[in-house]
Amino acid sequence: MITRLFGFKGGVKPESHKNESSGPPIQKGPIPKRLVIPLRQSIRSTARCLVQPGQKVLKGEHIGEGEGGLGTSVHASTSGTVVEIAPYPMAHASGMETLSVVIEPDGEDRWIDHTPLDLRAVSREEALAWLRGCGIVGMGGAGFPTHVKIGGGQGIETLVINGAECEPWITCDDRLMRERAAEVLSGAMILRELIGAKQVLVGIEDNKPEAIAAMQAAASKLGDGIAVVPVPTLYPAGGEKQLIRVLTSVEIPQGKLGTDFGVQCFNVGTAHAVHRAICFGEPLVSRVVTLTGNVARPGNYEVLLGTQVAELLQLAGPKADTDRYIMGGPMMGTELQSLSVPVTKGTNCVISASPALFPPPPPELPCIRCGACARACPAELQPFELYWFSRAKNFGKAQEYHLFDCIECGCCAFVCPSRIPLVDYYRFAKGEIWARERERQASDQARERFEFRNYRQEREKEEKAAKLAAKAAETRAKLADTGEPAPAPAEAEDPKKALIAAALARAKQQQAAVAPRNTEDLSADVQAEIADIDARREKLNQQDADKAP
Amino acid sequence: MINSPYIRKPASVQGVMLAVLIALVPAIVVYASQIAAVVLVNLTIATIAALAGEALVLKLRGRPLAPALSDLSAVVTAWLLALCFPPILPWWATALGVLIAIVAVKHLYGGLGQNPFNPAMVAYCAMIVAFPALMSQWPAAGQLDFATQLGLVLGGARELDAIASATALDTIKTGLRTAGATVESIMGQSENFGLVSGRGWEWLAPAYALGGMYLLARGIITWHMPAAFLGALAAISAAFWLVDPAHYASPLFHLASGGAMLGAFFIVTDPVSGATTPRGKLIFAACIALVAYIIRSFGAFPEGVAFAVLLLNICVPLIDMNTQPRVFGHRGDKAR
Repeated sequence: MITRLFGFKGGVKPESHKNESSGPPIQKGPIPKRLVIPLRQSIRSTARCLVQPGQKVLKGEHIGEGEGGLGTSVHASTSGTVVEIAPYPMAHASGMETLSVVIEPDGEDRWIDHTPLDLRAVSREEALAWLRGCGIVGMGGAGFPTHVKIGGGQGIETLVINGAECEPWITCDDRLMRERAAEVLSGAMILRELIGAKQVLVGIEDNKPEAIAAMQAAASKLGDGIAVVPVPTLYPAGGEKQLIRVLTSVEIPQGKLGTDFGVQCFNVGTAHAVHRAICFGEPLVSRVVTLTGNVARPGNYEVLLGTQVAELLQLAGPKADTDRYIMGGPMMGTELQSLSVPVTKGTNCVISASPALFPPPPPELPCIRCGACARACPAELQPFELYWFSRAKNFGKAQEYHLFDCIECGCCAFVCPSRIPLVDYYRFAKGEIWARERERQASDQARERFEFRNYRQEREKEEKAAKLAAKAAETRAKLADTGEPAPAPAEAEDPKKALIAAALARAKQQQAAVAPRNTEDLSADVQAEIADIDARREKLNQQDADKAP
Repeated sequence: MINSPYIRKPASVQGVMLAVLIALVPAIVVYASQIAAVVLVNLTIATIAALAGEALVLKLRGRPLAPALSDLSAVVTAWLLALCFPPILPWWATALGVLIAIVAVKHLYGGLGQNPFNPAMVAYCAMIVAFPALMSQWPAAGQLDFATQLGLVLGGARELDAIASATALDTIKTGLRTAGATVESIMGQSENFGLVSGRGWEWLAPAYALGGMYLLARGIITWHMPAAFLGALAAISAAFWLVDPAHYASPLFHLASGGAMLGAFFIVTDPVSGATTPRGKLIFAACIALVAYIIRSFGAFPEGVAFAVLLLNICVPLIDMNTQPRVFGHRGDKAR
């Protein structure tokens, strides 16, 4: 079905470090002592809390109702008691907090009643609502609600299933495809039906031969219209836009969705979750997380959402010289500020970092414009120019050079011989631009408020004046009726006019009285000259006055 | 705090500069064995002057010495200058040239990465304007023994006329002013000519090209600049040669003479002062070739690469601004 692959420009080949964790099968993590389930599980949207402290919940029970267009439901990951609803830190570079439901598991892991959805019996809208209710979001990391992504499907030609997993160290998708290929493809077929795509392309980086074999075997049972395609191992081949480019030659610009170009992309984990949600009615309450790096037992663990990293790490046993933890991969992940952060739907990997595995970069040197960053940039930007503009706080120019097309994949910083943390400069510039945009909006609002206030005051004044005039007219009319002469408005104004005229005359006199001061002590000649000039000026003034009507 | 990416390719500025130095080795070997062994002394003088000048300015600017001295960028400038200067240039002139490059052009503009002009080429042009006689004395291959070369370099007796021997480019240019002279007759008369260009000197060209291939293979430079420079030089010289072969030297002569190969792979490709976009690199390098050819054939100086590089350095912001590549996903957009 597929005849050729396309390339994307740039990209890098970091050491893959996949072997450390890809060997052992996925192990089920134990039920932790405490679950902290953030109500913010999908992008830009926090669910409305449905439970109260003290309430008993079952596994899969609704605890958060998705709000707004990008909202999805949040569920209890196991049965137990809600003990607290409070802000807890989430996995973000800033250590930001988000409202979370804390559950004390009862250890029984008792499910609520759940039944499969018969896709043939329901409308497409109902199916999408079902997925929203099951809390299905993109599990590649971005957390974009799946029902929203499917919902935009019109004229979609190709469904891309993303099994590339290009970040070093991470192997959760690899293991998932090896062990649950049929389930992943079942999810893919459901997605295909819902978006109405003609073909399904599963892209897997060619450094995962076992996953490719397993998926190809499973695909062969499904017949036509589905192809498992090995793609060259080149970071960031797993970037949605890069993978779509490689498989279909379509280039999706920043800010646009694949929908506009007849192609839609879902992560293999998402496809797996869709399968569980439709075929079993299971909400998304657990996921596979890779624990690797400087640990005794690297591997993949299926853990409940809300499991705190500190507890999660016990499964793998970090070694003593671990100095920090990275959530996600080494190219785009974030360093954890706290080990109390929980596993969310987008958590694919936690890496224990040691100075030996991830040495701190040597000091930054000046940019020599060698262009290595530009050659590595998959967005085909000129990173050194963006660096220069960001550094100089020339944000307008940075935007002109497409700063916001940067996907922060880190390729430029990875290759930079001057070891400049380029991505940090872009993050800084983007943050500043957003902040200024917010400021501008705030000041716009303030100005509008101020202008409206002025308008309102003006209007009130006018209304008052109109009212007064009406009243005066009424009074005059009454007086006229009684035969008394009404005071003429002109008369009332006269004294005022006289006062003004007097003031003007005084000012004129004063002006005339002020003589130029530097004309004293001048020689007779000069004084004569001045007098002459004054005379001429007087004459001219006279002429002007004559000419004037 | 360190942010992503947490891993780095083991690349360094030092590594880039080291690669350039390694790439120069074949040419140095040819130079020392075929033309003048004293070039090794010049390289040493230039290196010492560069490091001393760099250390001095860093000290004056209150900057840490170690990172800048160890990045090898000053050594690259020093070697390029030593290879550009006549091999029998007195030691103080070599040192002066290097100091102009390092102190004035590099550090007064802010140090590594800040200079809008190629430091080596500014120094070369300054020296040729300041010391035209000294800078135009090129010994023919095998003309002087090592002791004489060393004596000249270290400031011994100078008998200008005895050693004043113009380069191949210069000989052709001055020779053509004589009535009736043709390129062929001039080349036939002088024993200083080899197969295609100056005897001995012509072997430098393939040696530089070999080094250039190494830089290309290592990904230190891209193909754009050498290809555009050499291609344009060959095309322009071929056009003139085809019209009037008696008065214009062949493309092969131009490619093998003067600073053509050194320029193509080591000078034009200086990333700091050159164009950076793919299309910009092509335009930049081709324009250098055009200007260099005009100066070589019609200008007052026998060689034109250095002046051409500086002229085009001025144009880099303009070139870069107008050749920005289209960004991923912006295929349909109008190019800026």
